[in-house]
Amino acid sequence: MTDNSKILTAHKIHKTYRMGAARVKVLKGVDLTVKTGEFVAIVGSSGSGKSTLLHILGALDKPDSGTVKYLDMELTAARNGQLNRYRNKTVGFVFQFYHLLEELNVLENVYIPTMVSKSVFGWFGVRSEAKKRARRLLEQLGLSDRLKHKPYQLSGGERQRVAIARALMNKPDLLLADEPTGNLDSKTGNSILKIFDELHSQGQTIVMVTHDDNIAARAQRIVALQDGVIKGKNKCAPLK
Amino acid sequence: MYKLTLAARYLIKRPITWIAVLAVAVCVFMVLVVLTIMTGLLQEFEQKNHRWVGDAVVTTDSLVGFPYYGQFIEKLEQTDYVYAASPVVRTYALLSYRGSDWNRPTELVGIDIETFARVTAFNEALYYNREDYKNAFKPPHNTDADGAVMGVGMVATSAPDGTYQRSQFPPVFAFDLTSFPLTARGALARAGLGIVSSQQFYFSDDVQSGLAEVDTSHIYIPFQRAQLLAGMDGPPERASAIHIKFAPGITTEQGTREIAALWADFVEENSDASQAFLLDQVRVESWRTFRRAVIAPIEHERTLMIAIFGLIAIITVFIILVIFYMIVAHKTKDIGILKSLGAVRWGILQLFLGFAFLTGVAGSIIGTSAGIGFLMRINQIEQWLYENYNFQLWDRRMYDITEIPSAVDTTTVVVIALAAIAICLIGAFIPSLKAANQQPVKTLQVAQV
Repeated sequence: MTDNSKILTAHKIHKTYRMGAARVKVLKGVDLTVKTGEFVAIVGSSGSGKSTLLHILGALDKPDSGTVKYLDMELTAARNGQLNRYRNKTVGFVFQFYHLLEELNVLENVYIPTMVSKSVFGWFGVRSEAKKRARRLLEQLGLSDRLKHKPYQLSGGERQRVAIARALMNKPDLLLADEPTGNLDSKTGNSILKIFDELHSQGQTIVMVTHDDNIAARAQRIVALQDGVIKGKNKCAPLK
Repeated sequence: MYKLTLAARYLIKRPITWIAVLAVAVCVFMVLVVLTIMTGLLQEFEQKNHRWVGDAVVTTDSLVGFPYYGQFIEKLEQTDYVYAASPVVRTYALLSYRGSDWNRPTELVGIDIETFARVTAFNEALYYNREDYKNAFKPPHNTDADGAVMGVGMVATSAPDGTYQRSQFPPVFAFDLTSFPLTARGALARAGLGIVSSQQFYFSDDVQSGLAEVDTSHIYIPFQRAQLLAGMDGPPERASAIHIKFAPGITTEQGTREIAALWADFVEENSDASQAFLLDQVRVESWRTFRRAVIAPIEHERTLMIAIFGLIAIITVFIILVIFYMIVAHKTKDIGILKSLGAVRWGILQLFLGFAFLTGVAGSIIGTSAGIGFLMRINQIEQWLYENYNFQLWDRRMYDITEIPSAVDTTTVVVIALAAIAICLIGAFIPSLKAANQQPVKTLQVAQV
């Protein structure tokens, strides 16, 4: 990886949730910078605000104050259309609970981001290419024999691999993973992390949220989040 | 494209949507069947009235009638909007048999059969003399005797299927018709023992207008005979009504308007005539207005049915709304996933509205197909029910029909199907909007819980 320019910058991010009458301050002025090609792990205990931060970085949520910039685009000031395109083209999400669409088979689940970005006629123009890429991704992830299966017919590890393939479908600049191994046994979780390592080695920028220090250790850099603020000195590993 | 794909999958894969499809299908089925039958009954009834009356009537409520009808008919025949006009006498009479104490009131109708057949479908409604209607008042056993045509309900009884049983030849029997002749001023025309006019007639034919109240109470005799019995034989001779048929291309409204104007002029021209006072009571009416009293209840019945099924449609909206709320609640995770993949708000709205549209289309297709299939066999089904369970949904004798109307109107089908789809879209709109407005992060968190 040669380009170390900033791809994502979060500055003084604040976020408060209302829980009934109470107001819970989740993020209290978080600053974070992610460079192109980096593999960053955000660690913290439950309720520390790590998932909230990831959602804000992925434009799934908005901060109360502070700014998030992707390259030169300020997400916090972007219009809905720009945010939709950002979520579709720039970011790929991997969730703890996979979040696959139950009505679609494995192959369809993988190419759905391309379908979302295209109109009916636009889709017919790219359909065969999209299917080809989805098949290739699934092949790379060892799921070539599961193309027509429904999500409920797959194991947890297989579902997560489908979710990774879907996240990579539109060749995103950023892969955001929220506890990607949190719902898997250690062996299966390890296989998923190997995929992340491989993607990182290919230059993929990854931001991963985890509560497990051992999993975080696989990352190039660790950001520790505690009580809504980044604590201590971040561990940095040399760029691979 | 994902909207279409997912909408179709939701429809096929979610069993709860089958309930929505079924609700729409049942609603479409019921509305189509009831509307077809009620509209068919109404149209048939209107048609029968139209055929029995002609296009318009110059008439009076007075039993005395009105004079100078012949002059007015001449005027009518000179216009280019009248095809034919026929004078009619209407009065009440007592029907009795000689040597018997039995009697019953009847409505006596005096017609000039040749002109009346040109104005109405009277000749087509005859049973024995349909082909030779000019001889309908000539009893076959004695063509010199006075004959009368009786409403079919007075001489034959109908079977449960609505058909009348008749003998091959007209039965030979005579009866007396007795009436009170009235003067132009409405007084009894005679005094003493001869206060009534009575005449013997032989049964010469029966007529089936298809109007139960007409066929069970009307007796038709030659026009001049009726004038004598009613005291309308003058001078000047009087009639109760003039039935009119318009020339081809003349609408009922247009023709009635023209005749009303012509009648107004005629009244003015004859204002100095000796019995001009009788002309003031005369009015010009279209066939529909003339028969308003009997058509209106069936129209109201149909309106009531439409209102009831309108309420059912509203209930269907709520069923769809509830089902879609449940589906949206169930699909919260999908909405979050799609938004995390970049789906726009409008796209989510389109997805669920598309789903509602497909639900409506599926329900409409099923409901329409079932409705048409049922209507095509409704008479066989009813016949089977009658034969096996002695159950008859529509009393043929009451409606005077031989078959339940089952002709499906294409426009009605299209309107009902479109309305069903619209109902689905209306019922789904609020939940769809709610789904579209959901924050992706919230839906994903809810799904995790």
